[in-house]
Amino acid sequence: MSQLEFVQGNIACGKGAIAAGCTFFGGYPITPSTEVAEYMAAALPKIEGGCFIQMEDEIAGIACAIGAAWTGARSMTATSGPGFSLMMENIGYAFMTETPCVIVNVQRGGPSTGQPTMAAQGDMMQARYGSHGDYSIIALCPATVQECFELTVKAFNLSDQFRCPVFVMTDEIIGHMRERILIPDSVEIIRPKPAKPTDLPFGTDESDIPGFLPFGSGQRIHVTGLTHDERGYPDSSSYQRHEMLIKRLVHKIESRRHEIADYEIVNPDAKIIFICYGVPARTVQQLAAQDKAIGYLRLRIVWPFPEEVLKQFKNVTTFIVPEMNLGMISREIERHTAIPVVSVGKIGGDLHTAQELQEVANAYKTAGGQR
Amino acid sequence: MRTEIRFAGFGGQGIVTAAVIFGKAAAIYADKYVVQTQVYGPEARGGSATSAVVLDDADILYPKVTDPDIYVIMSQDSFDKYGTKAKSDAIVVLDSGLVHDRPNCTYYEVPASRVAKEELGRVIVANIIMLGALVAATGVIGREALKEGILSSVPKGTEELNLKAMTQGFEIIEKIKA
Amino acid sequence: MKAQVKEDWFRKDRLPHIFCVGCGNGTIINCVVDAVFHLDLDIDKTVFLSGIGCSSRAPGYMASDSLHTTHGRALAFATGVKLGRPEFDVIVYTGDGDLAAIGGNHFIHACRRNIDMTVVCMNNQIYGMTGGQGSPCTPIGKLSTTTPYGAQETPFDLCELAVGAGANYVARWTSYHVKELRNAVITGIETPGLSFIEVLCQCPTSFGNKNKIGEGVEHASYLRKNAMLLQKARRMEEEGKKIPPETFIVGEYVKRSRPVMGGKT
Repeated sequence: MSQLEFVQGNIACGKGAIAAGCTFFGGYPITPSTEVAEYMAAALPKIEGGCFIQMEDEIAGIACAIGAAWTGARSMTATSGPGFSLMMENIGYAFMTETPCVIVNVQRGGPSTGQPTMAAQGDMMQARYGSHGDYSIIALCPATVQECFELTVKAFNLSDQFRCPVFVMTDEIIGHMRERILIPDSVEIIRPKPAKPTDLPFGTDESDIPGFLPFGSGQRIHVTGLTHDERGYPDSSSYQRHEMLIKRLVHKIESRRHEIADYEIVNPDAKIIFICYGVPARTVQQLAAQDKAIGYLRLRIVWPFPEEVLKQFKNVTTFIVPEMNLGMISREIERHTAIPVVSVGKIGGDLHTAQELQEVANAYKTAGGQR
Repeated sequence: MRTEIRFAGFGGQGIVTAAVIFGKAAAIYADKYVVQTQVYGPEARGGSATSAVVLDDADILYPKVTDPDIYVIMSQDSFDKYGTKAKSDAIVVLDSGLVHDRPNCTYYEVPASRVAKEELGRVIVANIIMLGALVAATGVIGREALKEGILSSVPKGTEELNLKAMTQGFEIIEKIKA
Repeated sequence: MKAQVKEDWFRKDRLPHIFCVGCGNGTIINCVVDAVFHLDLDIDKTVFLSGIGCSSRAPGYMASDSLHTTHGRALAFATGVKLGRPEFDVIVYTGDGDLAAIGGNHFIHACRRNIDMTVVCMNNQIYGMTGGQGSPCTPIGKLSTTTPYGAQETPFDLCELAVGAGANYVARWTSYHVKELRNAVITGIETPGLSFIEVLCQCPTSFGNKNKIGEGVEHASYLRKNAMLLQKARRMEEEGKKIPPETFIVGEYVKRSRPVMGGKT
């Protein structure tokens, strides 16, 4: 039976994970994400094969989540800014080794210890570029508690489909606020494309995504963070090998960014178009309900960035981008469009108000897009 | 219609718990759209505690409380911080034993902590008395919904005590209104 | 699947290995393979893991599933593998730099949890792969590229650390003591909980030459000559005698049955 619940965003992420069949959580408690770990600590031991472990730090948290993923478990961790920073090396490892895993990042004010109990969207670039080297990931941004549930489920599916780490980039406001959510009887589950034991572990067809067999399947796979060949064997001194591998790993995600894309468009013919994601989208939606002269694009998946979508706004004179940072995704938008992009960054933990955004919109309505 | 409610008091009074129970009652049993938020800080007990609930018949977009229509206030400190800013058509439900000032709007004096301690023997249920009073005073959700919200939230074995507290809250307001 | 011959445990198409002439790692890997072959472990239910360093290349030569992870983090990854599939035999190859420096905290906590796995630490007292920098196990006075005037810091006693942190089985041998080492690995795998086996290991390229110990054979011979049985060392301590510098105390430090995490049920 589907059921209604009144829960925090963090709990909804946990419930989404359980609904998606997650059986492993490894992590380290950190404000404001701790409720995710607490929920999983209570829920996983009740599930057959379920395992929760509180590790010694976030580095170990993501490490054991990756280890468990190789045993075939749907595996996750959850953290916030400082912990996310610590995880970066192993996130690169998960990308390099094509390990499916889900990381929930309940963003708080940074840098450093910053504002543990206040919301931010300051990790959006770190999610995309935080580990060293060229890579690509998928990042989802819920704007409601219901979406915390739904996008966590989706994160597991994308992670398995594309064999890469997937981030659920929520924030302190969404993580801690309570809303009514509908938990369905069951959710769609997409597991990795299976491999045959005789397949080369990192060999691919035209999909660029290798089939997956967990440890113990007889494939006898060697997994390494070193540059490797289709067998998984290290080959780190070859220019060609490295280029081939990294291009494939990036391409398998970036070439499908329009298929991965998940967004909502309202009033695309408006001259003033807001582009938003996560909790500030709620203010934009409120404004759009009052002011019919504006439209918006709300991204539920920010990375990979679906730049083709920007072409749908035929009359736009100004893109306005409210973010709880000093302008991160606004820069990504800027590099894909000739239309002026106005960043409305707000930091400190408070959300943009409709009035603040109305004033910005009004200024550009009359200015006709001139900065 | 959007209704914003601010709950405030000091840590240990169950301010956040009251807001969560009320939010659950409204969201699950009164079929309202609800957003409940709270302020997180390093203090656990004795410091200020506040939580907010937004109710609406339609989707709630902007989730934060900006100018509350209703206040539930359980300490003088939180009255100083929030109650003094209440708009003229706001309704304030206050714990009359703990809040000494009175606002410049409609208010209800509810001796919740005293009644909880002296008549129910457990000061901990003062917050539930306040919820009963809130619902009786404002009618923002039905009494039955509040009852269901309380029953589905409180620990097993405490249902009777909590329902008594809720009823005390109803009765205090009924006497004031009579 | 079970191995028919010992060689079945090796990933033959990965050989020859990358270790230097005279390196002790091959001997140690051989002892571990001897142990798993003797115990008739299922190749498909055994996972080798490692971090980064010379020792950490070893899983790449094993025929089973293997995870070559990030520097210092092998035990954390291994925790996930073991908890994901408790029926697996999990064996971690690591080195002194990987385990005791960057991975020190994971080491302590893996011992504290007493998670059911076997950890073989090839202690060459140096960072070998990167050209011989000092490690937390470089003895006072020894030369490395980052201790050009001789190491100044007191090194870790990894076995005492593992005992203190709670591992169920702890032993130290050298790459010379092949029979004892093989038996220690067997005991380690058989003992529920975390088994820690430290193996002093020659590294002529980065340690032996620089410190005038010599090439591989001389270095192995140096390990043999300077080895002292734990019982003797304890006796000398009791008698108030000083244990000479550069002594490698070898033997079984502990074998006990503290509560175990992730054991086979």
